[in-house]
Amino acid sequence: MATTYTLISSVTVGSGGAANIEFTSIPSTYTDLVLKLSGRSNRSETTEFLNINLNSSASNFDNKTLESAGTSVYSGSYGTYIGSIPAATATANTFGSFEIYIPNYAGSNFKSVSSDSASENNLAQNYQDLIAILWSQTAAITSIKLVPSNASNFVQYSNAYLYGISNA
Amino acid sequence: MTNKIVVDCSTGEVQEIALTAEEIAEREAMAAEYAAQKAQEKADKAAKAEAKAELLEKLGITAEEAQLLLS
Repeated sequence: MATTYTLISSVTVGSGGAANIEFTSIPSTYTDLVLKLSGRSNRSETTEFLNINLNSSASNFDNKTLESAGTSVYSGSYGTYIGSIPAATATANTFGSFEIYIPNYAGSNFKSVSSDSASENNLAQNYQDLIAILWSQTAAITSIKLVPSNASNFVQYSNAYLYGISNA
Repeated sequence: MTNKIVVDCSTGEVQEIALTAEEIAEREAMAAEYAAQKAQEKADKAAKAEAKAELLEKLGITAEEAQLLLS
């Protein structure tokens, strides 16, 4: 059980938007990482899909996704996919919520990543995802990047908080 | 100009940096790949629906009747 929960860094997107959000030089002094995101995209659709890159890599990701979209439920394997956020035609001023958990991120074993998210759209089409990823790399994670799938931007007031958790 | 946000966790510094030409190309390639994947999914779905309709026609039953048989 975690005994500490420390904010490492945070960011709020400014008026110009942002193509992606990246945390670099992550210290290896914690046991686990938690990334919380409140996000919205300017894509001309109801939804934008986000991907995660670790240490600037989009390779060696094995993904298991359980997703609901409107009244449908899907499961599948979608590489670096980490969840979805509302986009330009979703309910105005709504932001999607994410929690991404990365245990033992500084260890020398392959890294697991889990994510739960909801795209928060008060209309028919809305996404919720539970995602488990195995990143088959032994290097400590020193950077995390969130990248929209469709070349869109995070809009102003999207924000991300990276926390370190220590178990002792 | 499209910027990315980079947060240096060792200093807390937040930078807005313009994407390089390579990053823009990567971003566009990812979007194209995603669009192609979606188009393929749509085509697969349409092909499956067509095959189902053909089979039902061959069997001379409706979708509801087929569902009843399987229930």
